Amino acid sequence: MAKKKISRRKFLVRGGLGTLGVLALGTYVFRNPIRREIIDFADSFVSPYSGTGTEPNLWFEITKDNTVILHSPKVEMGQGTFTGLAQIAADELDIDINQIQVIAASTASGIVDGLGTGGSLSVASMWMPLREMAATIRKMITIEAAKKLEIPVENLSTQNGIVSGNGTKITYAKAVENVTEWEIPDTPKLKPVADYKLVGKPVARIDLKAKVFGDPIFGMDAEMEDMLHAVVIRPEHIGATYKSANFNKAAQMPGVVKVVQIEDWIGVVAKTYAQALAAKMEVDVEWNIPKKWTEQEIRALISVGNGNEVLVQKEGDNLDDDDKEFLEIEFKSPMGAHAQIEPNGAVASYKDGKVTVILSTQVVGITQNQISKALDIDTKNINIIPTYLGGGFGRRLNTKHAIKAVQLSKEVGQPVKYFFTRKEEFQNDMFRPPTHHIMKGKLNEKGQISNLEHHFASGNVAIDSALLPDIANTILGADFGAIRGGSIHYSAIENIRAVQWHKTLPFATSWWRSLGLLANTFAIESFVDELALKGNQNPIELRLSQIKDNEEGIRLKNVIKKAQKEASYSDEVVNGKAMGFACSTDTGTPCAQIVEVSIIDNQIKVHKVTCVMDCGIAVNPDQVKAQCEGAMIMAMSAAMHEKMYIDDGQLQPTIYGPYDMALLKHAPKEINIHLIQGVDKPLPVGEPPLGPIAAAIANAVRRITGKRLTEMPLKLS
Amino acid sequence: MNIKFTINNKPVSIDIEDENTPLLWVVRDILDLKGTKFGCGKAACGACTLHVDDVAVRSCSYAVKFAKDKNVTTIEGLGDVENPHPVQQAWIEEVVPQCGYCQPGFMMATAALLKENPNPTDEDIDKNIINICRCATYYRMRKAIHRAAELTQESKN
Ligand code: FES
Ligand code: FES
Repeated sequence: MAKKKISRRKFLVRGGLGTLGVLALGTYVFRNPIRREIIDFADSFVSPYSGTGTEPNLWFEITKDNTVILHSPKVEMGQGTFTGLAQIAADELDIDINQIQVIAASTASGIVDGLGTGGSLSVASMWMPLREMAATIRKMITIEAAKKLEIPVENLSTQNGIVSGNGTKITYAKAVENVTEWEIPDTPKLKPVADYKLVGKPVARIDLKAKVFGDPIFGMDAEMEDMLHAVVIRPEHIGATYKSANFNKAAQMPGVVKVVQIEDWIGVVAKTYAQALAAKMEVDVEWNIPKKWTEQEIRALISVGNGNEVLVQKEGDNLDDDDKEFLEIEFKSPMGAHAQIEPNGAVASYKDGKVTVILSTQVVGITQNQISKALDIDTKNINIIPTYLGGGFGRRLNTKHAIKAVQLSKEVGQPVKYFFTRKEEFQNDMFRPPTHHIMKGKLNEKGQISNLEHHFASGNVAIDSALLPDIANTILGADFGAIRGGSIHYSAIENIRAVQWHKTLPFATSWWRSLGLLANTFAIESFVDELALKGNQNPIELRLSQIKDNEEGIRLKNVIKKAQKEASYSDEVVNGKAMGFACSTDTGTPCAQIVEVSIIDNQIKVHKVTCVMDCGIAVNPDQVKAQCEGAMIMAMSAAMHEKMYIDDGQLQPTIYGPYDMALLKHAPKEINIHLIQGVDKPLPVGEPPLGPIAAAIANAVRRITGKRLTEMPLKLS
Repeated sequence: MNIKFTINNKPVSIDIEDENTPLLWVVRDILDLKGTKFGCGKAACGACTLHVDDVAVRSCSYAVKFAKDKNVTTIEGLGDVENPHPVQQAWIEEVVPQCGYCQPGFMMATAALLKENPNPTDEDIDKNIINICRCATYYRMRKAIHRAAELTQESKN
């Protein structure tokens, strides 16, 4: 990411949030001399902030009862961002946690983060700007208080939402009353982190009560006056297009207002959802199905040696293919669905050329632009109001379906609520692409790893996504999303290769929480474990010996050693139970995990997980731990259960159950998480813990059964 | 046709064309109680779980006609901020929710389980709590379920 100097003053008025970067790019790519120039170019290309509204008075509102409302450019999808941001802002604002509320900023608020919420970067990327914003707004409040109290600013101090000095005081709310023109001062000196009262504390989530008492906070819960309900019919076969349809019968069904056909879909609008759904059953559609794709064809597309090749990492020499000494293992991972429980959807109103859309989205600004472009409406006439998200996981980095909702509203002249059926959700997901990996490596006579190579193939992750400008696709070649975790972090190994092969599939694949990290770490960390077994070495000691003592290396070693100690790692199988170790570094956050596994009824059972992560400053340690717990169990679900496949040219399965996922009974009963603060700023936490666990489980199973599992989902037979 | 039942202890009378309409949509769109969620519409995820005469029911796949003359309870009727149900209290103490979307369904399933089995073992929990949470908050849920059992006991003593 570009490190540009921005004068603070300039920052506040004109902004540079974008320079903090939202796309998390693999660190190793930067060090690679071959790609560096191109990457640097691409980096400065995506850098300029595409957002607006960095004046502090847009971000904060103060209510009459002296509550501060923060309009967050980041949305809350479960990751605890609102709570973390509230803690940071409240500390700089000198208010208590119950004096602050956070709402997601609508585009009309003037604050639009052009790149959205993702990459685990919400708290990390907002850390500096939000502190500066909050400190500045506190100063602005103080300036106004000084005017009202007729006391010099220097004599005033702030505490608990009150400005006081010279024996008198005024609430923030009173101080800002009737202010229409703000004086924006230079950014005041920020408080030392050690002085913060809320940052670093396990404050309860600020959305906890709303979520425990069932408040209507999600996109699905939104309503507008006179709202109708719609369902959409889309092709079920990959690549199919609309041919013809008969919807006379559907149009006559009770409650049906209109049946419309637009592009490759049909919309049924009715008074109630149940009526729309019933009418949908009566629509007779014919599709053009140019080809029925098979699972084998898709798998064959994604294979090392096929597609666009990019050298991601290069140190020393290649392995010689004629060398019979090296070890080679092939790994695979399947397509995965996001399967977030709240379906995608939107409530939209189109009236007199003005559009309002309420929805669960990770990309508020991009959705506004997509509607603008598709329907030729000026963005200033489109207000996007984001709600709480019933899960995101990257799925809602594309919420183009908002366009359909607007089109439907336009057709019927009333607001319309449209959301996906579960089948539609499964067949129109932006899947985690399948991957294929060939690992090669060799030990030298001293038992050290002399060569390690990761050759990997994947479908699109970042490429073709709305987050990346088209031109970047062409320039970069490499898919930054698929690269995540694909480089080798064993810096002391002399000969290293990481080579990516990339291919676009005939259906959309994209961001899935942690991107390439899950599959890449599975391959690399399983293989390193196999090398340790081959050399008869302790897998942790071998890893430690392969990491240089630079800053990054030391932080990685620290998490590894701490995990080794906390879990009392042993290589022995005791009473059928074995431990498995793996580690990864993602977006600068090293993470090590040790699992305890046994085999029960021919099923892999994970009993206990120890997780150590260096995420810098943990703004809310309890929520960081919650992220680790959820991320690890989600990764276990992907590693041991989940799999999308193609049958008769369709993406399958289309319902939970057949799309097998981890349930409560599969979750480990013991999870121990230890956080290390190796740097003095918050780092991403929502994705890094997804990395190690698949390999850790496979490594434990290898010790119990002697068999190396090389394909996700991991199955014993 | 007209169907009468009680919702969160209040009697209601619904006029509806199709008595096979899932109870979920009656609760959400007619009675405007949005705490009960739609996840799959096929009884596969549990997001829509509510109680009919104290029994957990997946309301997306339960025709409104079956609720006739019965007592329906949703998350909104389970407890409130002043008077949380022990399950809600435990969920708060353990800070269970992440995105929160699945949570009402889990809390309703748990409340029904505890009614039947006030002190469930881990195995009882594994067998009975089979909803899906994509944020995978399962680790805290198990703790919260045990805690809710404890709280229920305490309130009885
Ligand atoms: S919505 Fe009823 S079980 Fe999923
Ligand atoms: S908390 Fe998000 S699905 Fe359960």
